Parts: sequence; C-alpha cells; structure tokens
Amino acid sequence: MSAHTQHGSHGSMGTLMTGFALAALLTIVPFALVMGEVQISRITMIGLIMGLAAVQILVHLVFFLHVNRSAEGGWTLAASIFSVIILVIVLAGSLWVMHNMNENMMPMPDMDHMMNLQSQQG
Amino acid sequence: MSTEVANAGEVISPIFGRLTLDWIPYHEPILIGTFAGVALGGLAVLALMTYFRLWMPLWRDWVTSVDHKKIGIMYMVLGFIMMVRGFADALMMRAQQAMAAGGATGYLPPHHFDQVFTAHGVIMIFFVAMAFVTGVMNYVMPAQIGARDVAFPFLNNFSFWMTVAGALLVNISLFVGEFGRVGWLAFPPLSGAAYSTGPGMDYYLWSLQIAGVGTTLSGINLIATILKMRAPGMKLMDMSVFTWTTLCTNVLIVAAFPVLTASLALLTLDRYLGTHFFTNDFGGNAMMYINLIWIWGHPEVYILIIPCFGIFSEIVATFSGKPLFGYKAMVYATACIMVLSFVVWLHHFFTMGSGANVNTFFGITTMIISVPTGVKIFNWLFTMYKGQVRLEVPMLWTIGFLVTFTIGGMTGVLLAVPPVDFQLHNTLFLIAHFHNVIIGGVVFAVYAAVSYWWPKAFGFKLDDRLGKATFWFWFIGFWFAFMPLYALGLMGVTRRMNSYADAAWQPYFIVAAFGALLILCGIICTFANFGYSILNRKKLACGNDPWNGRTLEWAMQSPPAPYNFPQEIHVRGRDEFWRMKQEGFTWAESYAPIHMPKNTATGFLLAAFALAFGFAMVWYIWWLAGLAFLAMIAIGIGHTFNYNRDYFIPATTVTATEAKGATA
Ligand SMILES: [Cu+2]
Repeated sequence: MSAHTQHGSHGSMGTLMTGFALAALLTIVPFALVMGEVQISRITMIGLIMGLAAVQILVHLVFFLHVNRSAEGGWTLAASIFSVIILVIVLAGSLWVMHNMNENMMPMPDMDHMMNLQSQQG
Repeated sequence: MSTEVANAGEVISPIFGRLTLDWIPYHEPILIGTFAGVALGGLAVLALMTYFRLWMPLWRDWVTSVDHKKIGIMYMVLGFIMMVRGFADALMMRAQQAMAAGGATGYLPPHHFDQVFTAHGVIMIFFVAMAFVTGVMNYVMPAQIGARDVAFPFLNNFSFWMTVAGALLVNISLFVGEFGRVGWLAFPPLSGAAYSTGPGMDYYLWSLQIAGVGTTLSGINLIATILKMRAPGMKLMDMSVFTWTTLCTNVLIVAAFPVLTASLALLTLDRYLGTHFFTNDFGGNAMMYINLIWIWGHPEVYILIIPCFGIFSEIVATFSGKPLFGYKAMVYATACIMVLSFVVWLHHFFTMGSGANVNTFFGITTMIISVPTGVKIFNWLFTMYKGQVRLEVPMLWTIGFLVTFTIGGMTGVLLAVPPVDFQLHNTLFLIAHFHNVIIGGVVFAVYAAVSYWWPKAFGFKLDDRLGKATFWFWFIGFWFAFMPLYALGLMGVTRRMNSYADAAWQPYFIVAAFGALLILCGIICTFANFGYSILNRKKLACGNDPWNGRTLEWAMQSPPAPYNFPQEIHVRGRDEFWRMKQEGFTWAESYAPIHMPKNTATGFLLAAFALAFGFAMVWYIWWLAGLAFLAMIAIGIGHTFNYNRDYFIPATTVTATEAKGATA
C-alpha cells in the first residue's frame, strides 16, 4: 500500500558509460596479463585476476544494478551487503573446514607415490 | 520394494523407462493395506465431492485462488495430512524398535525400515514443519501489516502447488517403487550412484528440488511483501514481532535454500551423468556434500523456529493483556540469531575430523547463539510477570513450549561441546535433543497458532476441552517418547537401528513407544476437535476479536473478506489495533472500489507438469520428462501474455460485506 513511493533510478547515460568503460578495462587487463605472458609469479597472477574479478563484480553492482545508499530506501545496499557476508562466510568457512579435513587425512600423496612405485615394479 | 530388481542389469524401455511391474510392491502386505486404505478413503472423498457438487467451488475458490488467506489455509491442510503420514512412519519405527531386541528381528526388514526413517525425516521437515510455518506466515503476516495480499499473489499460488507436487512425489514413491534408504540428508557415498541403485534416492532428489522452488519463491515473495506493502505510516519498528520473525526467516530462506538446491543438483549430476563431485575417486569428496548440506541445514532449523518465536510473542502479549516486554531486544535477538545461524554449521560434524581449532570455533559460536535465544525466553517470562494471564489453550501451548524448549536448548548446548559430542554423535541423545526442540518449539507453536488464529480464519473458536486434551496428550506423550531416548543415547545406543542385541535396552524403547501412542491420542484429538468444532460452529461462534488482540489482523472480519480491510489503515505505532480500540475505532461509512488480483490456474498447471517431470526423471522416462519440461516453459511464457489479471470489487459489494459482518 505504501508501495511505489520512490522508484530506483535506472542510471543516466553518463554512469552507464563510466560503468562500461571500467568493466571493459577490468576485462582487458587480466586478458592482457595472460596473453602478454607477463613475467610474474603464478600466485601473484592468480591473485591479480581474482582481485580484478572482485572489483568487476562491484562495478556491475554499482553502475549497472544501481546499488547505492538511496535506492529503494537503502534496501538494495543492505541486501547486497548481507549477501556478501553470507558468501564470504560460506566460501571462507568451507575452504577452512575442508582444508583442515585434508590436513588430518591419511597422507594421501604418499599413498599415491607408493602405489606408483608398486605399479612400476609389478 | 524388491531388491532383486535394483541389482539386476537394468533394461530401460523407451516408453516406460526403468519402470516395470516388479516395482509395484503388491507382495508387501503392509503397503497393500495402506494402499487399499488410501484408495478407499480417496474414492469416498471423490464420491462425496461429486455428490455435493464441490468440484467447481474447490477449483474456483481454492485451487486457483491467489488469496494469501486461502493459500495459508491450504498450506496448513497439507501440513496436517503430511503429519499423519510422517507420524505413521514414526509409529512404525517405535513399534519395530520396541520389538526387535535380543535377537528378535521385529516386523520390518532393514530394507523397509531404512526407507521409513528416511521418509519420516524428509516428510516431517520439508512437508510438515515447512508447510505449517509457511502457512501461518502466509495467513497472518499480510494481515498484520495491514495489506490486502502478498506482493506477488500468483507467485504465492505457484509456490504452494510446487510444494504439493514435491509432497505428492514422496507419496507416490510409497506405491510405485521405493524411497531413499539414506537418512533424511542423504549423505554420499551411500546416496551416490554406486551405493543407492534404484529410484528411491531419485525420488528424494526430485521431490526436494521441486518443493525447494516453491520455498525459495515464497521466501522472496514474503520479504517483498513486508518491505513494500506495509500500511501507510507503519515503520519497521512498528511491526509486530511475528512480522519481524517472518522477515528474518524468509531472509534465511532466500540465503540458505540455494545452497541446498546446489548441493542436491551436484549430487543429481553425480547420479545421472556420472560426474564425481562427491564420489571417492576422480578427485571427488563426499565430505564436501556434508559440509554444504549443513550450511543449509543449520539455518533451516532456524527457518523453522524463528517464526515460532514470533507466534509465541503474539500469544504471550495478548493473553497477558500487556505489550510484549523488551520489543526491541526481541527484534535484535532475532536478527542476531539470523546472522549467527550461518556460522555454526560444523557442529553437525565435529567427528568428521576438522581438528581441534575448527571444532573449538564452531563449538563456541554454537554456545553464543543460545544467548539471544535465552534473551527471548526471559522476554516472554517478563511479559507474563504481573500480567493478567488467561490460561486459554494457546497460552497452554506457550507455557508447555517454554518448559520443553528450554530443556531441549540446554541439551543442545551440551552437544555443542565437541568432546561431549564425540560421545553422543549419532546416538539417540541427539535424536531426543532435536525432537525436543522441534516438537517443543515448532509443533507446539503451530498448535498454538492454529488455536489462536482459527477464530480469525473461520469465525468460531475451537472446542476448549478437546483443545486441552490435545495439549496434554502431546505434552505428556512427548516426555514419555523422548526422555527414554536421552537415557539410551547416554548408554551409547546409535540412531537408525533396525534391531539390537542388548535386551536391557528394550524397556526404554517400550516406554518410548507408549509415549508415541499418547501423541497418537493427541493427534486424534486434534482432528476430533476440528470436526466437533465445525459441527458446533454456531455455538462456538465468536466476534472479530475474541482474544482481545493487539495487532491489525484482529481488525478484519472473522472470517475476513477477500480484501482484508475495507479501507487503508494509517498506522501510528506498535500494537495499532489496541490503540484503535482504545479510541473507539469504526470504519468510515463510504467505501471506495478495491483493486484485487484475479485467480489463475497457471500455478496449478505448472506444478502438475513439474510433478510429471519429476516422476519421469525418477524413472528415466525421457520423452515424458522432455514433454513436461516444454509444457512448463510454454505455460510460463503463455502466462506473461495474460494481461487480464486484476479486477475491482465495487464499493456497493464492500458496503454490503461490511454491513453483514457488523451484524454477525
Ligand atoms: Cu545446527
């Protein structure tokens, strides 16, 4: 009933173009890193690409999905923050739990190694 | 239920898939008896409906209805029907375990027993507790915020029928094929393709996926309703506590159910396409499934209990005749529980081997989550303190809940201590604990809600004596049924046992079976009460506000008109209806036409084809699966071209309805 008091804005041409430029840049950079065979360590490379991907998500949220403090009385922002928190909990938590589980397992690599040796002998 | 078929090299016919006559359990006397009973009962209902010409009204007023009140009532009907099925499973298990001691094998072979406990868990959680909770939220919440319906009325109807389709698929498995034999959360590798051949596990997967669509959509719908449809002037902090808990629960649904959907989808891929997400070879890891399923599973128990806290808050305030003590504390405690429920999931598998640091973290978070819950208990107690407490039936359930739930919560905190959990993991102590909180919390709350809001829904109260009998049978039955299980669990008795050697355990199981029989009496009293009260509805008739309520739903007529409120209500604060009564509120004399959504059969049809799709996927009937899937897409797209979705109730009709309500 108190419904349509304010409509979320659908963004001006300016913000959309800024978003597009940023999104394009954030896509080109990781591609360039890989295709130009830039000499950095593998870990740094993966970290860079994942970091740029995270920024890319933010750019999409802000410029294309119009998540900001005023849209829908702040509810879109609140919902986005809540989703991010849950995602971080689920991803980080699962990685932590499963990593510990692996650490406490019987030493699997050694077993593989032994089995390889056996198959070579037999 | 024939194991031979499952193990034989399967031949998949192009027409019937892997469905053969051998899958019809005509050599199982228990199932044939059940089938005969269901068939005869069903035929009797069909005949009566035809005789009284009820088919058209059923279709027009209920099946295609988008009215949140009718959908709410249909959820409750689904919940009660499925409760009978789930409880029959419980009785079978109690009987089996009371008999199968010291070398005796009882009457249920393991193959059948395993299906019974799986079906019991799945049905009670997904189709009883979830149906009940969704039903109450659907009925009450829009009325409490002064709205005419939910934000997306068609989606609401669709959600309901998807839930029904899932429930039907579980029940079809009783007579066509078999159900999973894997426990209610279906851990791989047991539930994987290698160890669960046959259609049982696939029934499990498809019924939960279909019902899950309904649950997720209804979660989105109710959130949107609360955020967008509140009566003018109603700020968030003016909402009733039940509405708050509904909001938090649906946020949890939207956040957690996708995890369930994804985990089940991965398991489905493992079973149908031979992927290796959860197998022991090719890099799969079955423990990942257990991790994922509990990321959904723990929030799920809060999805069930949080609205129940809301129900009790409404009842305690009403029957103590004063505002709820610590409203803000209640809201913040609920929000706290909502977030914390996402950081405790590992307490379900302390024993899987994550090590001391991980176990400690999750043990502590689990203990922390009991703090906001404790805050709530004290809020309810202080609301009663110095109030004029009327011990009506809803209040009996509330006090029964306070006692029972507190004890269940304490055994939960006990289980949150990892070293203790290592002793009690997967024992009957755990079973006793979660039945203690789910029966003491959710079931008692649903019974309280039914007796509290029944007069609003139908215009007459439920019978008092039968209501009290129901309560005492359930309450005492619960203690008899589950206290022995605590003791057995401490002795080390594991869950899901078909038979056991130690005859010293048998007396405990017999007491538990006796408790289950008391609960059976409670369930019989429930239905007797419905029947008796409907027959005596003239005598039990009550006004629009029989309990001297505080929130807006009591401003509607009983039973409410389709439009709920003839006029918009301008809300000035909490407990608005209480203030309106104080000021001698009456509706204005002249009404405006009211804009309403039209009924539609689309939701029912979509769900019917979803059911056909699920059944076809279970049996590998690929042509039917394809057709049903295409039909769903076509109906869904077709519906977008239907612009004839709303109508106006003319002012004269509103005037007439309101005049009739005033004299009733
Ligand atoms: Cu839990």
